[in-house]
Amino acid sequence: MAAKTLYDKIWDAHLVAEQDGETIIYIDLHLIHEVTTPQAFAGLRANGRPVRRPDRTLAVADHNVPTEGQALGAAAVADEEARLQLLTLERNVADNGIEYFPMGDLRNGIVHVVGPEQGRTQPGMTIVCGDSHTSTHGAFGALAQGIGTSEVEHVLATQTLRQAKSKNMRVTINGTPAPGVGAKDFALAVIGAIGTAGGTGHVIEYAGEAVRALSMEGRMTLCNLTIEAGARAGLVAPDETTFDYMRGRPAAPKGAAWDMAVAHWKSFFTDEGAVFNSEIVIDAATIAPLVTWGTSPEDVMPITGRVPDPASFATPDKRASAARALDYMGLVAGQPITEARVDRVFIGSCTNSRIEDLRAAAAVVQKAFLEGRLVAPHVTAMVVPGSGLVKAQAEDEGLDAIFKAAGFDWREPGCSMCLGMNPDRLAPGERCASTSNRNFEGRQGRGGRTHLLSPAMAAAAAIAGHLADVRDFI
Amino acid sequence: MKPFTRIDAKAAPLALSNIDTDQIIPKQFLKTVEREGLARGLFYDFRFDEAGNEKADFVLNQPAYKDAGVLVAGDNFGCGSSREHAPWALLDFGITCVISTSFADIFYNNCFQNGLLPVVLKADEVESLMAQARGGNHVVSVDLEAQTVTAPDGEVYRFEIDPARKHKMLNGLDAIGETLQRAADIDVYEGRRALDNPWLERA
Repeated sequence: MAAKTLYDKIWDAHLVAEQDGETIIYIDLHLIHEVTTPQAFAGLRANGRPVRRPDRTLAVADHNVPTEGQALGAAAVADEEARLQLLTLERNVADNGIEYFPMGDLRNGIVHVVGPEQGRTQPGMTIVCGDSHTSTHGAFGALAQGIGTSEVEHVLATQTLRQAKSKNMRVTINGTPAPGVGAKDFALAVIGAIGTAGGTGHVIEYAGEAVRALSMEGRMTLCNLTIEAGARAGLVAPDETTFDYMRGRPAAPKGAAWDMAVAHWKSFFTDEGAVFNSEIVIDAATIAPLVTWGTSPEDVMPITGRVPDPASFATPDKRASAARALDYMGLVAGQPITEARVDRVFIGSCTNSRIEDLRAAAAVVQKAFLEGRLVAPHVTAMVVPGSGLVKAQAEDEGLDAIFKAAGFDWREPGCSMCLGMNPDRLAPGERCASTSNRNFEGRQGRGGRTHLLSPAMAAAAAIAGHLADVRDFI
Repeated sequence: MKPFTRIDAKAAPLALSNIDTDQIIPKQFLKTVEREGLARGLFYDFRFDEAGNEKADFVLNQPAYKDAGVLVAGDNFGCGSSREHAPWALLDFGITCVISTSFADIFYNNCFQNGLLPVVLKADEVESLMAQARGGNHVVSVDLEAQTVTAPDGEVYRFEIDPARKHKMLNGLDAIGETLQRAADIDVYEGRRALDNPWLERA
């Protein structure tokens, strides 16, 4: 039998039928939220179609929820349009018998934090959600992809997706990273190396000892950012780290079923000799703490570097884009990036809002605090935990006390300032050190200037008042 | 879905790479429960200043392109967020075809769900179309059946497209309706999964 990749195995295990030259694949888990589903449910209603598998569907409220006052519920949300969307979701899940964690429920939070946390995300599954960062769940060895609203409707109605198979790409990260360098830096290094369209048409499997050494939180960060490299899905083969994370979670199998499931999950790995359409190899030891300088996630540079000169880029298109980006970002070619003074710091998002992310940031803040340093006076810094459960755990560990003592705002869970659909957003010209995933023009607020970096680097920037090398803080 | 067969329309040049879906339609327009009426938000930050006034220099605000039906854009069009509001906004504005050298996967896929035709041409072909779109005669013909784009100068460019997608687009087929015809296959699959992976069946 021909050697198969991890992606090939998951794909083959989900084939339902071929029809008119397209493949129909089965979807094991469908995650939904308030922003990309109202039109899908309206479509079902208009055609008199039921939801085929409400039990394989899970709903949360995350994209436009405010990060305070959540206990008051959706009806109390001040923004009229956001309120209507949230109430529409509540009606749709009630009408269709779909499990839902409403705003204010301890289990609610960002959809890509909640799925894994609840044990709903499992190895070997196919997972979809009307959100591009669904790639996150690939950390468990699940084929997880973002889809549009028409496909959300298709999955609700049929529990399947019509799709053509992608190509296989493998990114191997060998070696041991330096202190202060982690999953976020790995991901930014990959995007910087292959570009935002480098993974288009591919599923990326991450391998190598540096990936194996990552926690599940780190693997989720890495897979999350796969879409920023153009690939719809990222994958890490499941191993003991995966099973240790999953054991005992509410929706994880129990007892004899657990053993049967683990045996099944262990079959999801790339066979020796399987062929990838393309391969990238990176040495973790060569990666410095990274930041973005421009308005595309591929605009990465080491924190020790200087802002690049647009003239140094290869093509006229790239030169024009770089010049436009520097103008938008208010940066000058040749200036050390550590001179970039920040107004805001955002620690949160589906990329970096899990307990390990908050611990890494809190460790930097605590050390600085003990040396008498607080958040710089001109900086407004906020921490938005990924879920109610992450928030509760952080509070149990005293992390909230550290953040608050140093001057951070400690908020309630949600997508928040990653995309600024709720009231948390940048004002024009404001510069933000952000642990999120997109530095696009206007992403965090019209005219806002976003620098992507790791949670520890964001904490260092908050204390320093400008982009700073986390290695000076640990 | 409205079928796409053939159009003759004005082409607007947008010579930027990596145009992301946040730029195509910013966040504040996603708080709707409708598919219609999104033209207002299309390229909002490009089209309007902070006070909400039209920016005269943006291509779709210029009289020659206000009724454009085709957009010629730089590489990797539609990257970023999966929001289907992006094709909805383009269609609502009147744009039914986007031509580029490459598209991001999710956006590309979303186009086919809505009858918006994404056409991939070679770099020199896109460059030539871009230059002609800037000129006085900027009407192009796009023929899906023939898989061709005819430039204003009469040059004909052929494009590739997946036959299954082409068929659905030409006929405006409802993908859900098609798949539901295979409901028996889905039943069989589910039955087998329930036996093989019983832990997936939640009580």
